[in-house]
Amino acid sequence: MSEKKFVKMNVSCPMPKLDFDVITLGHGSGGVLTNKLLDSGVFDLLSNDILDERSDGAHIEMTGKLAFSTDSFIISPIFFPGGNIGELAVNGTVNDIAMCGASPKYLSLSFIIEEGLKMTEFWEILTAIKFACEKAGVQVVTGDTKVVEKGKGDKIFINTTGIGHIHPKANISERNIKTGDKIILSGNIASHGMAIMSVREGLEFESEILSDSTNLNHTTISLIEKFGNDIHLFTDPTRGGVATVLKEIANATKIGIELKQRNFPIDNQVEGACELLGLDPLYVANEGLFLSFVDGSIADEFLAHLNADENGKNATIIGEVVAEHPKQVILESSIGGKRVISMLPGEQLPRIC
Amino acid sequence: MKYMSEYRDPELAKQYLEEIKNTVTQNWKVMEVCGGQTHSLVKNGIIDMLPKEVEMIHGPGCPVCVTPLHLIDKAIYLALEKNVILCSFGDMLRVPGADKSLLEAKAEGGDIRILYSPLEAVKIAEDNPDREIVFFAVGFETTAPANALSVIHAHRKGLKNYSILASHVLVPPAIENVMEDPDSHIDGFLAAGHVCTIMGNFEYYPLVEKYKVPIVVTGFEPLDVLQGILMVVRQLESNKAEVENQYARIVREEGNIEAQKIIYDVFEITDRLWRGMEVIPMSGYKVKEKYADFDATIKFDVNIPEAEENQDCIAGEIMKGIKKPFQCPEFGKKCKPTNPLGAPMVSTEGACAAYFHYSGLVEH
Repeated sequence: MSEKKFVKMNVSCPMPKLDFDVITLGHGSGGVLTNKLLDSGVFDLLSNDILDERSDGAHIEMTGKLAFSTDSFIISPIFFPGGNIGELAVNGTVNDIAMCGASPKYLSLSFIIEEGLKMTEFWEILTAIKFACEKAGVQVVTGDTKVVEKGKGDKIFINTTGIGHIHPKANISERNIKTGDKIILSGNIASHGMAIMSVREGLEFESEILSDSTNLNHTTISLIEKFGNDIHLFTDPTRGGVATVLKEIANATKIGIELKQRNFPIDNQVEGACELLGLDPLYVANEGLFLSFVDGSIADEFLAHLNADENGKNATIIGEVVAEHPKQVILESSIGGKRVISMLPGEQLPRIC
Repeated sequence: MKYMSEYRDPELAKQYLEEIKNTVTQNWKVMEVCGGQTHSLVKNGIIDMLPKEVEMIHGPGCPVCVTPLHLIDKAIYLALEKNVILCSFGDMLRVPGADKSLLEAKAEGGDIRILYSPLEAVKIAEDNPDREIVFFAVGFETTAPANALSVIHAHRKGLKNYSILASHVLVPPAIENVMEDPDSHIDGFLAAGHVCTIMGNFEYYPLVEKYKVPIVVTGFEPLDVLQGILMVVRQLESNKAEVENQYARIVREEGNIEAQKIIYDVFEITDRLWRGMEVIPMSGYKVKEKYADFDATIKFDVNIPEAEENQDCIAGEIMKGIKKPFQCPEFGKKCKPTNPLGAPMVSTEGACAAYFHYSGLVEH
């Protein structure tokens, strides 16, 4: 089945003329073909002073408290409404660093490519990486490319590792969460997961649902500058969705959490798609979304500040930390009933009817 | 959201609850037949909002729960040993077979695909003429038309590589089975709205006559369920036993005649084993002889021994409403969603899984 293409931004870089159309095992061999691939424009596209040195590793200088994080990106399909695996790989690690209260500065970038990937597709992914890096203000300073035989991968896997300075005013830790903290969600839930679902073979449905993949670091830094240590925790509810992340926090910190379903922002189409497939949006993956635990006294001001940010237009207070029922997350349903939020035993599967 | 938020209105919910409280004078056991209703009760926290006199009992209407063990084993065998592309609805994948689930078979290399519509499976068959495609056609009357339609499509397209592994079950015989069981004491039923969308209401008149129980055809949104409960309670309190239709915005008296024609073109009624229960006479569909080429049980020679259910699982008693999940000695102990002894601990519609999540038990 041919994969559909989705264009999020009207940006592209012309692909250089090459004497190969697809990536083969030779491109990962370290020989002539590898050099050809890298010289074809990869280095030019991601060019910066450190990368241009072409050393075995990046020579960098950093002092002070640092945040350091790594993530691997495997997604099917690799092109989806609202983005592709390239920007996902940049934003994912950028956001993990941002959730530590840090400004990401440098990234490593590693590809595991299944032979047969079209060069045009690889180029499109690289271009997305370039623009995502520019938007987040990070530089790719080192990387690696390996190619595996057909059938031994799924088109392309990407690993990124990032490092950045922790903001001097930041004091982000689960340990800081206390009773009375408000929990603020930065935007609509479940968009990324449902965007992917809408194009997955076998479940395809017509929709305009776009992934919310984006970098959050400028937003979080601006919040830290204004609210400092009144922000107790940032966390991004990616895999497992908002419900899983909050349950993990409740378990780890032995706090109680109360949520109000009707305060959860969700796009109409996303909600409809979740209903159709029998999925609970609380457990669906997100990308450009984060949760903040903040001191109750600044919650309204924090929300107003976040609402003025492009990444927080739809932000709402979804709940609070309570002294009752430690380790339990209780959700008040839209009709006022209460239920316990638990972790799912695995991936959420569409229901029969 | 339009057409949904109207049925999730907290003020109206309060009014219905008040009305139920004002109506009820004694204890009643009301069975919600369909797993979708169980899901709605749990998801919306309705059970705790009801007056204590109204006890909701989970019914047998969880399609993944009642699919027989040996059929799951057959599906796994086809995927692993016969190199077929086995297509299934999502929530069948975690249901335990004798040795493993379809999800585990997938991890072992079986080509098992999650679909939302059986018509997608027909398309896969067209795209893969060298492979055999089997759709695991489970469910109640609700999914039967689409599954039947896939056979008709495959037949029209002349496909030789498509078949279905059918395990359809029917609601009215299940209600009858519950009522006949001397240990189950159900006072009224919420019948499954979507089943009736296809089949209509007329099958229920003989049941209310015979067993003198109210049956209210009910939808799935929180206000649907609350209104359905109110209608049952009103009947019980005034000593009536009638068929009523709460879900009239969707369900017509005669059902969907076109869908019924498609069902009866492809399927005929047969005895069916319900997992955890027993063989219920005339309680399921099998593929008619004229479509035998599309019947995976005929097409493939699957000779595997019929495994026995785990003796620690009391799924049958749970699904007939004789016992509540927490009355099972293994509930939350040996049997958890990550290690289910039986099917009701698997799907969100399964009574045990619903109770497990609802009770806030933590898995470690």
